[in-house]
Amino acid sequence: MSAGQEQRTIRCLVAKVGLDGHDRGAHVIARAFRDAGFEVIYSGLHRAPEEIVQAAVQEDVDVLGISILSGAHNTLVPKVIEGLKEYGAFEDTLVIVGGIVPDEDREELVAAGVAEVFGPGTPMQETIDFVRDNAPQR
Amino acid sequence: MSEANAAEKELVRDLLDGDHRALARTISKIEDRTPGYREVVSELHAHTGDAEVIGVTGSPGAGKSTLVDKLAKAYRDRGLTVGVIAVDPSSPYTGGAVLGDRIRMASNVGDMDVFFRSMSARGQLGGLSTATADAIKALDAFGKDRIVVETVGAGQNEVDVVRTADTVVVLVQPGSGDDVQMLKAGILEIGDVFVVNKADKDGAATTVSDLQEMLHMREGATTAGAGHHGAGVGTADDTGGADDADGDDWDPRIVETVATEGEGVAELIDVLDAHYDHLRSTGELDRRTRTRYAEEIRQLLRADAADLLEEELERHGGMDALVDAVRARETDPYTVVDRILDPLADCVRERRD
Repeated sequence: MSAGQEQRTIRCLVAKVGLDGHDRGAHVIARAFRDAGFEVIYSGLHRAPEEIVQAAVQEDVDVLGISILSGAHNTLVPKVIEGLKEYGAFEDTLVIVGGIVPDEDREELVAAGVAEVFGPGTPMQETIDFVRDNAPQR
Repeated sequence: MSEANAAEKELVRDLLDGDHRALARTISKIEDRTPGYREVVSELHAHTGDAEVIGVTGSPGAGKSTLVDKLAKAYRDRGLTVGVIAVDPSSPYTGGAVLGDRIRMASNVGDMDVFFRSMSARGQLGGLSTATADAIKALDAFGKDRIVVETVGAGQNEVDVVRTADTVVVLVQPGSGDDVQMLKAGILEIGDVFVVNKADKDGAATTVSDLQEMLHMREGATTAGAGHHGAGVGTADDTGGADDADGDDWDPRIVETVATEGEGVAELIDVLDAHYDHLRSTGELDRRTRTRYAEEIRQLLRADAADLLEEELERHGGMDALVDAVRARETDPYTVVDRILDPLADCVRERRD
């Protein structure tokens, strides 16, 4: 039908995991994604990894953006990824991380299945372009 | 073609088997109108009809998401499974949206038997109610006992969405305007149950009495001044309907809640159950279902016919060329329509015999 040819809407979950209580960055990225024409679901603060997994699976998002400032990324992010795998959702979900992540931890996150880590000062357009280019084809 | 068909059959099978991922994927397919989604919905149809569907609407900030969260929790405590569809508006400029209702689903964290799904309007006037109705079918076929559809009651689009429900709940918050505001709001006419949320706030009592008065007037209009008792369209413990002249009409009820505390949620469930019983015992449920299917068939017919006409329009050189011809007085709109439609009509009539 006529609507079949339209470009698919990219759905993103912007998630705050763990204890850090600072989500200005998450709000900014959520808004930038919205203005880029994406559908953004924001998780709210202080979420457990299981909650993020539940949301990502039910909402069938293309992209999961995890914002972490607390330094707990090495324990929390792999938990989320494990959960996605459990539901068969990891293969077609692009997982990206934003926030404060030391250089030496990047490789570990990428090895765990994170597609890219965006540090402070990353231009918004760079993240948006990355999502557009790498959102899984379904 | 046959391969796609197999993939869709598998999706349906997995959904019916209770696979959450398949359910999520099916709803995406419906939202995106991915090729094959019609076949999926057709297959699912045979497995639907068991869920009770509740529509929740009201202005932004009235506390819909919080109430839905507590409602879902209360149903879960009674051993029922729940599906929630929360509809939010999308930007008319970029098509983007922030779907924020999920934040308030804190009571059901980690409970996969509450399946919460955010949907955006995606600017499709009319199409949203079709997509929502199809998503409800997916949840119904999956086996959810109760399905709650939550939407801002801002316009026609949203009113269409709540019409897909068996019971419509309209949320009002204290101090949301004088009685003229309530006169204006079209949603007053579609509510089976009215919830005055934030009932601990100042002005709650006034809002309740304003509502009572408005609903009373609405009733008076239909039952031709049957001389109703004092606060007829009253509170939750009202027996409702018993005093009516024909005994068949549902008196809209008013329930007071403080959703953040879960207060009044049990009463609300009692009223929802009472309404559903009423629908069943009066045959109204059958009537509504029939009306809904008729609407659905008409809507699909119109949409498909419109697509077919677009094709024909293109074949005749497109709208721009036709408009140019009309403006140049070479032809007129009636003639154009006849030229496009007559061959179609002939085809249909020929096939009929």
